[in-house]
Amino acid sequence: MRLQIPLKVKNNVAILDATDVRILQALQKNARQTYTVIGRQLGTAHSTVYDRIKKMEQHGIVKRYTALLDPEKTGVRNVMAMITVYTDPKVTEKVAQKLSEAVEALEVYTSLSEELQIMAKIVADTQESLHEFIANFVAPMPGVLRVRTSIVTKKFKEEQLSMLDLGKVNIYKRSI
Amino acid sequence: MSKGLKIVPREKAFYFFTSIGNYTGASALSLKEFMEKINEVNVKSLEFHLGRGDFEKWVSDVLQDTELAGDIRRLQKLNLSGEALRNQLFLTVSRRLKRLAV
Repeated sequence: MRLQIPLKVKNNVAILDATDVRILQALQKNARQTYTVIGRQLGTAHSTVYDRIKKMEQHGIVKRYTALLDPEKTGVRNVMAMITVYTDPKVTEKVAQKLSEAVEALEVYTSLSEELQIMAKIVADTQESLHEFIANFVAPMPGVLRVRTSIVTKKFKEEQLSMLDLGKVNIYKRSI
Repeated sequence: MSKGLKIVPREKAFYFFTSIGNYTGASALSLKEFMEKINEVNVKSLEFHLGRGDFEKWVSDVLQDTELAGDIRRLQKLNLSGEALRNQLFLTVSRRLKRLAV
């Protein structure tokens, strides 16, 4: 029977050791690598890699494996927009939850700068369907005060925050 | 109930935008409220919606007032802008409200 490596948890947050972090870095570079290949890179047995990945999947650290698409190469034409929804503070959470349920909303956040607001990344087939979504779904929600929309014309970068990037962030912090 | 007094549910209200996706926060649940908002909203919003035929569509589909929809369609053809558009649109809607009230 294989020895299970327990994952340490403190305040509901998993504590990862150096091997876990290196495994995550390897997966973020290429999630299709075999346990053996990752193990070889790390100088660790493939069974250890397997156990740790399974543990991290069980704890929701690795949420899912997905494909990163290049929309331009798929030939699918769509419109992307960043919207800011200004709301009555009493209903901000509710509006954000409702907005999150829409398939058009890819990302939804709340922010407190000068006033409480919701920011969301929205996709639609056309500018007209984007407008219809905001006019028929967002604006009628109780507590929505106004909506500011910026249509994306060109994308310069889109990445997910990775374990590798976290290292860079720390470097930037140190250099400031 | 008279078309002029009809109050529509929130999801069928008219929502005033200044451009694609930019909602001003102003909305109208009835023809009376619509007339009041014509006087208050940014004139860009009136130009935006009139050019797209949104006013005509809402009046026709939601308020089911084909006569006023026709008046608005004729107004659209005049290619008015700015305050001249606001004044003419207000006049058109207020005249219709007066007729409905009789």
